[in-house]
Amino acid sequence: MRGRPLLFTSYESDGAMLRTRVQWVWLVLGLALLTWLPFVLERSDLILVATAFVAAVGAIGLNLVTGYAGQVSLGHAFFLAVGAYTGAALSGDPDASVIGFGLDMVLWLPAAGIVAALVGALVAPIAVRLRGLYLALVTIGLVFLGEHIFRNWRELTGGIGVGREPAQLDLLGFRFDTEGEVFGISMIREQKIYFLGLVLLIVMGFMAKNIARSRIGRAFSAIRDRDIAAAVMGVDLTRYKVVAFAVSSFYAGVAGSVLFTITGFVEPTSFNLVLSVLYIAMVVIGGIATISGAIMGAAFVTLLPRFIELGSDWIWFLGPGGGLTTGQLERILFGALVVLFLIVEPLGLYGIWFRIRNYWRAWPFSY
Amino acid sequence: MTRFLQATIEGLSLASIYALLALGFVIIYKSSQVLSFAQPAFLMVGGYATSYIAVTMGVNFWLAVPLGVAVAALLAATFERVTVRPMIGKPVFSVAILTIGLDISTRVGIDDLIGVNIRTVGDPWGFKTFKFFDAVVQHRSLATIIATIVVVVLLALFFRYSRTGLAMRATAFDQETSLAQGISVGRVFALAWLLGGALAGLAGMFSATGLAGLSQSNYLLALKALPAVVVGGLDSINGAVAGALIIGLAEAYTASYQGEFLPFLGSNFSQVVPYVVMVLVLVIRPYGLFGTKEVVRV
Repeated sequence: MRGRPLLFTSYESDGAMLRTRVQWVWLVLGLALLTWLPFVLERSDLILVATAFVAAVGAIGLNLVTGYAGQVSLGHAFFLAVGAYTGAALSGDPDASVIGFGLDMVLWLPAAGIVAALVGALVAPIAVRLRGLYLALVTIGLVFLGEHIFRNWRELTGGIGVGREPAQLDLLGFRFDTEGEVFGISMIREQKIYFLGLVLLIVMGFMAKNIARSRIGRAFSAIRDRDIAAAVMGVDLTRYKVVAFAVSSFYAGVAGSVLFTITGFVEPTSFNLVLSVLYIAMVVIGGIATISGAIMGAAFVTLLPRFIELGSDWIWFLGPGGGLTTGQLERILFGALVVLFLIVEPLGLYGIWFRIRNYWRAWPFSY
Repeated sequence: MTRFLQATIEGLSLASIYALLALGFVIIYKSSQVLSFAQPAFLMVGGYATSYIAVTMGVNFWLAVPLGVAVAALLAATFERVTVRPMIGKPVFSVAILTIGLDISTRVGIDDLIGVNIRTVGDPWGFKTFKFFDAVVQHRSLATIIATIVVVVLLALFFRYSRTGLAMRATAFDQETSLAQGISVGRVFALAWLLGGALAGLAGMFSATGLAGLSQSNYLLALKALPAVVVGGLDSINGAVAGALIIGLAEAYTASYQGEFLPFLGSNFSQVVPYVVMVLVLVIRPYGLFGTKEVVRV
């Protein structure tokens, strides 16, 4: 097959995780870059990139249910919250004023995902009865109800304005949140968290890719494209919608539990509709129904404030004399970008990448 | 009994605002199949524009209201023409997300203008109240209720008897056929968004009358009107009014009685009652109380 990378002679090679040699090269190059990056970046940027990794895990989860299975969920913030509080409660200090069991990361990380998945599976039966926008609206309700519960459940969350410590990054005695040596290399807290996020993203990303390319993923796509037709072909709608919500919530739970360890503080009002919209934006900007798109979208949305900050030195209407603050411009740009991507490039960053790739694949010919 | 009456009056006043907002959602949804999440922004723009014209510029209140509402309506129509029109034929969900983007951007600007202080709209009702049996009724509540009834009746007459109303109903029924009958569907879209923006703007104005005032958090009202739309059914105008009544009264009764009888539900539970009612209704009737059941075919 030399020189004909797109000729697949078996279903295995067609459905492979990485289909061409070029993809392998990209993967190795990318990983090398990402391993090198934490040793050159500044501390604040490092934290931002680590946040992007963890956010990407959450975005992949949302993409599984909304992008692949077509079940629009604006309730992702709620599942992030379930994960964050499960992790925090299981790993928290038993003697503190809020609930804590002092468990290890080996236990709380999967537990955060599983508890969120169970809650997702509980919500899913409602989703099975609803279609389209009605589902989106119910999931909005979920966010508001969840926010109310977390505000009032002070034993768990610490209440409004008080908050609590998030989960403790203590993996079998190895601490991610302190300075220390890893394999003989001295690392600061931020570098360790960076690598934690990276490993988490790689593991969860490949898992999601596996789900997407397997029987379950094909069932998801069938439901998205035409649910009645899928049912006629033997896809059990109820079962796969429940699976979609459970898997998506699992991802949200894992992401949520780790996400707030980076800032070291978790407060019940963080889990509002804005957070849900942020994740929807990651999926939309990155590319609907692609794993790499969700990662690109998460990176874009998370790093956008930093780029605006960098740009604010030479944008005249920013800064002390101008009318807008960086935070305001960030939100305006954020809203405008969502609109722009939906109108101009519905496939998102993935679509842009896709066209660039195809251009060079055929270069110097136009197609 | 006094307490019940008091809660009912407050519920009706709240329901009126929800009804205005819900009608905006439904009119836009029915004619252009877009669930506009930009309604909160139109609400804020309407409230702020009225406040600016009446208080800052010192124009007469009765002149400022139509002007302020017109600003919201024009903004809505502009958004429709520039961003929503190119999305015709795209999945409904994409367009809904797009309106979220519009909402975020617009509200940042409005929040910046409003600042941290609460603004008034210069309404003549102020803090004035009168006694109805033993219940205290604010003048603004009565004004809101009456204005909403007038608007609902006018809209009903408009849709029933005017040529344009007929065109809008036809477009809602079948876009292609109405296009073939010579109806300018584009103009119908524009009109629907004008109406939707105006209704949200009017609701924003009323939400800012009297004691309440206009602050950055008034937009939440529009999000609480969503349950009213869903309870009534996304595509039913009667449903929007009925849903608003149910949601508004449920919220007011909860605010009045929950602290005493169901304290374990937590403080401010009345704020999330609309969503509870919405989920309960949808579990029983997936298309709301008056919504049309979607015909499914392969």
